[in-house]
Amino acid sequence: MKNSILAVIAAGLAAFIPLAVPAHAVVAPTDAAAAAAGPATDALESPASAPTADAAAAETTSAYTPMKPTAGKGMPTSYEDDPMKSLTFQDQYSDNGEYALWMHDIILMPVITAISLLVLGLLLYVVFRFNRRANPVASKTTHNTMIEVVWTILPVIILVIIAVPSITLLARQYETPPANAVTIKATGYQWYWGYTYPDHGEIEVISNMLDEAAAAKSGEPHQLAVDNRMVVPAGVPLRIQTTASDVIHAFAVPSLWFKMDAVPGRLNEKLLTIKEPGVYYGQCSELCGARHGYMPIVVEALPPAEFAAWVKAQGGTMPGEEAAPAAAAAEPAAANTAG
Amino acid sequence: MATTAEGFDIHDHGHDTHDHADHKPGFFARWFMSTNHKDIGTMYLIFAIIAGIVGGAISGIMRVELQEPGIQYLQWWAQFMGGGNDLNTALHMWNVFITAHGLIMVFFMVMPAMIGGFGNWFVPLMIGAPDMAFPRMNNVSFWLTVAGFVSLLFSLFVPGGTGPGAGTGWTVYAPLSTTGSVGPAVDFAIFSLHLAGAGSILGATNFITTIFNMRAPGMTLHKMPLFVWSVLVTAFLLLLALPVLAAAITMLLTDRNFGTTFFNPAGGGDPVLYQHLFWFFGHPEVYIMILPGFGMISQIIATFSKKPVFGYLGMAYAMVAIGVVGFIVWAHHMYTVGLDVNTKMYFTAATMVIAVPTGVKIFSWIATMWGGSLSFKSPMVWSMGFIFLFTVGGVTGVVLANGGIDDNLHDTYYVVAHFHYVLSMGAVFSMFAGFYYWFPKMSGRMHSELLSHIHFWTFFVGVNVIFFPQHFLGMQGMPRRYPDYAEAYHFWHQISSYGYYIMAGSMLFFFVNILYALLAGKKAEANPWGEGATTLEWTLPSPPPYHQFETLPVITDANDYHDHRPLTA
Repeated sequence: MKNSILAVIAAGLAAFIPLAVPAHAVVAPTDAAAAAAGPATDALESPASAPTADAAAAETTSAYTPMKPTAGKGMPTSYEDDPMKSLTFQDQYSDNGEYALWMHDIILMPVITAISLLVLGLLLYVVFRFNRRANPVASKTTHNTMIEVVWTILPVIILVIIAVPSITLLARQYETPPANAVTIKATGYQWYWGYTYPDHGEIEVISNMLDEAAAAKSGEPHQLAVDNRMVVPAGVPLRIQTTASDVIHAFAVPSLWFKMDAVPGRLNEKLLTIKEPGVYYGQCSELCGARHGYMPIVVEALPPAEFAAWVKAQGGTMPGEEAAPAAAAAEPAAANTAG
Repeated sequence: MATTAEGFDIHDHGHDTHDHADHKPGFFARWFMSTNHKDIGTMYLIFAIIAGIVGGAISGIMRVELQEPGIQYLQWWAQFMGGGNDLNTALHMWNVFITAHGLIMVFFMVMPAMIGGFGNWFVPLMIGAPDMAFPRMNNVSFWLTVAGFVSLLFSLFVPGGTGPGAGTGWTVYAPLSTTGSVGPAVDFAIFSLHLAGAGSILGATNFITTIFNMRAPGMTLHKMPLFVWSVLVTAFLLLLALPVLAAAITMLLTDRNFGTTFFNPAGGGDPVLYQHLFWFFGHPEVYIMILPGFGMISQIIATFSKKPVFGYLGMAYAMVAIGVVGFIVWAHHMYTVGLDVNTKMYFTAATMVIAVPTGVKIFSWIATMWGGSLSFKSPMVWSMGFIFLFTVGGVTGVVLANGGIDDNLHDTYYVVAHFHYVLSMGAVFSMFAGFYYWFPKMSGRMHSELLSHIHFWTFFVGVNVIFFPQHFLGMQGMPRRYPDYAEAYHFWHQISSYGYYIMAGSMLFFFVNILYALLAGKKAEANPWGEGATTLEWTLPSPPPYHQFETLPVITDANDYHDHRPLTA
């Protein structure tokens, strides 16, 4: 039993040591992508999402068409569709999400499974070895200082092993958004979301849940689909701010490993970078009254150029582009430094 | 007999031949003005069972509703409770149900059963005391708890926003509970917490005084049974945590009714302040619910292993450590409110520390069984079930302790699964273990071992089928407190609901068992469990005399902690 724990410890140590280095490297590539948003756009359209992204791209010149969701991406998976996927987290589409998922799958899951099985195994062992018939005379042992020290120290070691990636994850999640990050402010209302884009001419999007018929018509999952989505550029650092006008709500998108309460009188802020274009569904995650279950969140990540086109279609302006709106689509999204 | 009760003290003169120890007051004085710790304990247990039936029935309503996506029955409930026929009222009813379920199970089922029921019955017996230190206050504690329950039930029938009842969740977060809930329902729910809290504070002072001052000669603190240790630590947690809750909910009341703005940003207040206050109480509260269970499990494991508890001092001080650390981890319930990064790192680290003393307890229980001569009587199987299921609930707690991981799991069904594993399997399994362990002592009758084993296995299967799939739902993103959900979550919700039916069916065996024991059960001996039962209550007849230990037992130094009886016993 001790060996198995040691094996887990060794595996854990071996696994996260190399990751301590790339932890610092995360900011640089994202910044680079933001700084060169125009050229980077093509690279961002990964093969997996190309069909949907292309479909949307074809429309950029005319009006904006909501992107069709990809089954199993950015939404929960039912047992009927994929039994294994229905047992665990949704696939992750942000760097921090991937790191958190890695930490859960590679460190936490093996550790907690091993501990549960260890306790179960020990219980079964005493049941068979020390039952009244197998062991009629009980020993009178009451102490064993050595073993007590061991089972105090070993958990401490395991917890330290867990703590290292855990603290790393927190540090990454709390990186300050770069000055040129795209700001989106999500405001919770009873019972819908409002998204404002302070850098883009104060566009305001009011987002209500679609009823069952409308969701079916647009080919989206009921309870998750909305009429107007929160449209954001993919591959670019986003500064997500949340607040609320009445009671506390929570802005949560499971496939981006993102959850932040929207508290009246407070402005919470966090960095989010979505790796690829797509439609990502989430739901309000703080009890907010009767229709708490009826104010879903839909984040639609578009390539930056298409995002710029969407901004134009909403009557907004790209940062610093008031004078020449025609150039907005071509201009890098990261040009905004003035805020 | 206290003077205030004299007028009601209509003695049954047929009992004159009995000695003083069995001299009981008449019915009204005995049950309504009771000052006897055993009678009060019995009333607490009956009260907890009634509250448990109400709270369990509410969870049944919820599991039936969640079995299919869409809203099936809530509109009917809204009308039944006197609300309107619109969707908002129906959805409000859902919030009322989750609120009532949480508050009832925490304040009116687990706490009364653990502390009021088993604590009252067995702390005086185990330390060799004739009664509690403040018998009259003990009675006040009980009736305050009952009054609190009545106030909570009353809240269901008055307006609370978009329908009748308080729909704030058991956490009563502002501003949903202030500006977000118009009508007196939330006031009644808050008042209910005030009453139950006051009752618990009085009970806690009573236990602390009793344990410090009324131990039999020779029973030093380090010779007390671990159950008494657990109640002592629990009483301190209650005494320190509940006043903070009382302050927080009083501020809610004044925000609601007297124009203060403690939690209203428009007046310079802060909704997050309420959460800090609530969880400063709320986290110790979860240990309040489980620590007496730890104590019971220690007694039971030792009894049925015929072996002293392994590492007695480690076990006692692990509980003290859990109690102390329990006060400095509260913000792990608030990881997503917008804490700053250092705060979150601190609470992540501090929370994980709790796993260490908890691990010491789990391993010490197993070491107690190691080398023992185990007999699998009903209390023992429930205790072993407890150890395994509490471990499962504990390790998911280690997952949730990580602030960065919690960003995805916070307020999802993973959290629901976690706290039901530690409470509705941890705390409830220990309560059933304690019930079967002490039922013969309390009632003087033996229950059926067969029925209690069937109860165990069906309950074990039922609760696991309910709650294990909820881990999957939570990881897939299913939020808590939702009456309706996307089709993708259907399958595991359905399984979870089936589990509820198994669990509900298994409770029949429990009730039939009690009836059987009371009507036809064999007479229980003073010590039905054999040589492993070494605490003082087993030296008394079953049931114990109305007043026990009129001559105090003397515990001599010849006995180590593992035998809590006088030498002559």
